[in-house]
Amino acid sequence: MASTVKFDYVEVGTELPAQSFSLQRVNLVQYCGASGDFNVIHWNERIATSVGLPNVIAHGMLTMAEAVRVVTDWAGDPAAVVEYGVRFTRPVVVPDDDQGARLEVSGVVTELLDDRRVRVQLTAKSGEQTVLGQARAVVQLG
Amino acid sequence: MPLDPSFIGKRYPASETYLVSKEKIAEFANAIGDPNPAYRSRAAARALGHPDVVAPPTFLVILTSQASAQVVFDPELGLDYSMVVHGEQSFVFERPVFAGDELVVVGSVENIRSVAGNDLLSLRGEVSTVAGELVCTARSTIVSRGTATQEG
Repeated sequence: MASTVKFDYVEVGTELPAQSFSLQRVNLVQYCGASGDFNVIHWNERIATSVGLPNVIAHGMLTMAEAVRVVTDWAGDPAAVVEYGVRFTRPVVVPDDDQGARLEVSGVVTELLDDRRVRVQLTAKSGEQTVLGQARAVVQLG
Repeated sequence: MPLDPSFIGKRYPASETYLVSKEKIAEFANAIGDPNPAYRSRAAARALGHPDVVAPPTFLVILTSQASAQVVFDPELGLDYSMVVHGEQSFVFERPVFAGDELVVVGSVENIRSVAGNDLLSLRGEVSTVAGELVCTARSTIVSRGTATQEG
């Protein structure tokens, strides 16, 4: 129920190991199936572009799920995440090629809280543009 | 046409019971590309002190999106789904979600406001066990693009 990271060794400014994730069309299709969100803008380029998007875009919830891996991998126990919230500020555009999109995620401890908890701020970028705003998690440390 | 603010505070009926399965957690973890063994192996989850495999932090969207859909597709509210985008999402956990949990969600409308021509709906999904133990409060903001300025 608690992280392998010890609260006593963490301070404001502690950086979490950054990670880079690949998002291709197949990942979006797989997420459609697992989540039940089959909105056509996540798999149909014809309709995505007809409603003014540059191309098919990733589910915001998929981007949100990828970004928090920086926290769960650092914490050692995914159940240590007791709060997590984001704003979807820009879509992650996923072209139909062999590379897809890249998501670059970093995190930093911004606040020490009661009960050996910390607040972490995440930064998520795709193609140098920030795609999540106010991405924050509260983590129960050991 | 702007959305009717009298919907603020409206609570929708509880969902059907959702049984969290080890297999669905593994399927969801595969879909987000996360190899964490705590999402797949009981032994790995137990080594962390858990009774069974753990659900990823965003797993409950499977359930809370059903509560959001009740609002988004409420004919009395009259939202145009083609104009809707997901603006914000958060989860506050009272405890982790494990395989074997039997959960229900109750959706409600927390707020409706207009910002820069868009209607913003703040929705809450309270996820509890069938025994009534609150597990997670999920909040989402749904943005209805341009509808706050449309002529009725």
